[in-house]
Amino acid sequence: MAVEALGTTTRAKVAPWNDPFIRGWVFQIVVVALVGLLAWFLVSNTIENLERQKIASGFHYLEREAGFEIGDSMIAYSPSDTYARAILVGLLNTLKVAVLGIILATVLGTMIGVGRLSPNWLLAKICEGYVEMFRNVPLLLWLFLIYKMISEAFPGPRQAINVLDSFFLSNRGLYFPVPIADPIHKWMGLAFLIGVIATFLVKRWAKKRQDATGQPFPTIKTAIALIVGLPAVIWLLDGAPHHMSWPALKGFNFEGGTVIQPEFTALLLGLVLYTSAFVAEIVRSGILALHKGQTEAAMAIGLSRGQVMRLVLLPQALRIIVPPMTSQYLNITKNSSLAIAIGYPDLVAAVNVTINQTGQAIENILIIMAAYLSVSLSISAFMNWYNKRIALTER
Amino acid sequence: MADVAQGERRQLAPPVVDTGVLGWVRKNLFSSWGNALTTIVLAVAIGWILANFIDWAVINAVWTAPTGQDCRGHGACWALIHEKYRYIFFGSFPYEQQWRPLLAIVAMLAMLILSSDRRMWNARLLWIWGVGSFLTFLLMFGQIHISISLILFVALGVGGLGMLMRGAVGTPAEVNGWRALAAIGAVGLVLRVTGVLPAWSLPIAPFDYVETHLWGGLPVTMILATYGLLFAFPYGVLLALGRRSKLPLIKGLCVGFIELIRGVPLISLLIMASVMLPLFLPSGTTIDKFLRALVAVILFAGAYIAEIIRGGLQSLPKGQFEAADAMGLNYVQKTALIILPQALRVVIPPLINTFIGFFKDTSLVLIIGIFDFLNTANQALVDPNWAGFPAEVYLFAAFVYFCFCFSMSRYSKYLEIELNKGTRR
Repeated sequence: MAVEALGTTTRAKVAPWNDPFIRGWVFQIVVVALVGLLAWFLVSNTIENLERQKIASGFHYLEREAGFEIGDSMIAYSPSDTYARAILVGLLNTLKVAVLGIILATVLGTMIGVGRLSPNWLLAKICEGYVEMFRNVPLLLWLFLIYKMISEAFPGPRQAINVLDSFFLSNRGLYFPVPIADPIHKWMGLAFLIGVIATFLVKRWAKKRQDATGQPFPTIKTAIALIVGLPAVIWLLDGAPHHMSWPALKGFNFEGGTVIQPEFTALLLGLVLYTSAFVAEIVRSGILALHKGQTEAAMAIGLSRGQVMRLVLLPQALRIIVPPMTSQYLNITKNSSLAIAIGYPDLVAAVNVTINQTGQAIENILIIMAAYLSVSLSISAFMNWYNKRIALTER
Repeated sequence: MADVAQGERRQLAPPVVDTGVLGWVRKNLFSSWGNALTTIVLAVAIGWILANFIDWAVINAVWTAPTGQDCRGHGACWALIHEKYRYIFFGSFPYEQQWRPLLAIVAMLAMLILSSDRRMWNARLLWIWGVGSFLTFLLMFGQIHISISLILFVALGVGGLGMLMRGAVGTPAEVNGWRALAAIGAVGLVLRVTGVLPAWSLPIAPFDYVETHLWGGLPVTMILATYGLLFAFPYGVLLALGRRSKLPLIKGLCVGFIELIRGVPLISLLIMASVMLPLFLPSGTTIDKFLRALVAVILFAGAYIAEIIRGGLQSLPKGQFEAADAMGLNYVQKTALIILPQALRVVIPPLINTFIGFFKDTSLVLIIGIFDFLNTANQALVDPNWAGFPAEVYLFAAFVYFCFCFSMSRYSKYLEIELNKGTRR
């Protein structure tokens, strides 16, 4: 009885305006209403402005003819194709730069980061200088500098630097011969895929065997043999077809072969040099965060310096490195949009031309945002999955 | 005595010296064959690069010349910088008036340097930034007209904030002061809107008016980075608090906004600000191009600042929140008096790193046609008389950026150690 009485008396009657639950909801509704009001204000203005300026809306323009050239394309494209295809070409170029940039920046950045911890004073200082030099100057400036240096320092096509009559380096890019399409290439591609899959299986088997018996297996040599050897064997079996398309000077530029354009080179080089400085710092701090005992124990069991780094330190540092590395990968992807400044046709550049031609800014900006958001989210999802996979499994 | 060694013992060599210059060299450069080889290869490579660079940049350089033609066949053409430095630093600002952007740079540098001193981290900082910002914009614009609505609005804002934050902790006299200030602002604004008070503004016009499209060079970069971040700060704090909020709608809004902004490149926001902002506003309103860029930078910076501050908020132990609740502080008081002072202290070094990032990223505004420092450097190359020397101009610009960013990153590192002195073991 007493308890009940106490319960009823202590539950003080709270006025509705003092009830945190009601307060919270009132506050939220007010904020959402304000945001909605702002959105309504912007949207109604936009609709009115669009009608007044007679700008069409909707995504129908995507099926119209684009009519502009794109200098670098991974899929067949001509100006008579649609806007949708032009934007797709841009997106593929963005992805190409991003993927190559991520791989190269990771490799170079890891080397620089490990180099900064080298016992060799000179090497450590050079790596430190590299990091400070690239980190403290805007990426856009590096892009301009590299691009201008390529177009100013290299000779024109007529005076191109000629290596063995097959590689031509000029301010139009690097031209080099490629094999002419042959049905065997498809089979070689398949063999390459099989090689990659077989490598994975071999690696798993080798790890299992090493865990059980302690015997190491030459995985890397086997992998090279599988991945390079299988397609090579197929090629040889087919009689080694070697019809090549050779670049040759025709008029003011080269024809035939294929080309790595200066815009692409400058963009990729700039992104890799700039981002690798950040990657180096992440790798270095990841390694420094490990306990000193790890190095000492590894050295005590007789591993060489390289083995200490490769087998003991880097695998542990990876756990610290992965989350900040994810944001660097996202940065590379987003920074590849600077392509527009030096004229490489990436997604933003293609969409920007589309905006200028169609005048439909809103739809186009929505396309940019949707594309980058989905790429960013895929990268984060993949890295989060990887992070979970390598995370230390504790009890 | 049997275990004393018999006969002659082989003498061990004395331990290798590892002190002094020779010892240092041996230990750090030639500790093994591989190391020695690395050292020699690197030393030769660095020596070769440095020798060539010095040859180009100093010995064979041309320091003054009437046109670029006289530079051909020589080393670096620093004469180009000598000729164009006024344009690179100040853009198209009227030539005779260029002491104004110079003083504006000095004012902004003074503000930044004064704020880096920890003894200034108190109410003095507000005065420094208030006076400094006023001077900066007065010098850049030449004339500032402060409307009465703005004055009243500021009075209402400051008074309201004072009431919220000092309500439970200040003396009655102080709280009444804040209330009076807010009341003056509110009543004044109502009178102004109803038309009782006339439209009046305080004219401060010591110089000629210079429009923003004539601004250029270093002051533009500094204003975009400094004020972009300064204005983004309060709204980043709100976003971070919103993201940590227990109210689902608020949290959803903030998370969505932050992730949207962080998922897209700055360029897309800049393009959006330059082509879509005019569409968003009622027809007839024009919005300054410089302001559009600033809006984009603020939107962008806010999301990044929010994530950093969230890190600071998460680093606080739960007891701080609970203790503040137990003392009967309301949400605003708890946040402003207990939580934020501790959370912000933790995030000062990463905030400086963000500032460095934005100092560099503002160079992207050249894509929408704003003449920031990188763009004016770019434009200096267009002159046909001086064509063909991109390396000189870009290296010069890179040097200026480097000086700013490097000193700031060193300061951030120093601060990190300095602020952690109390907690370090």
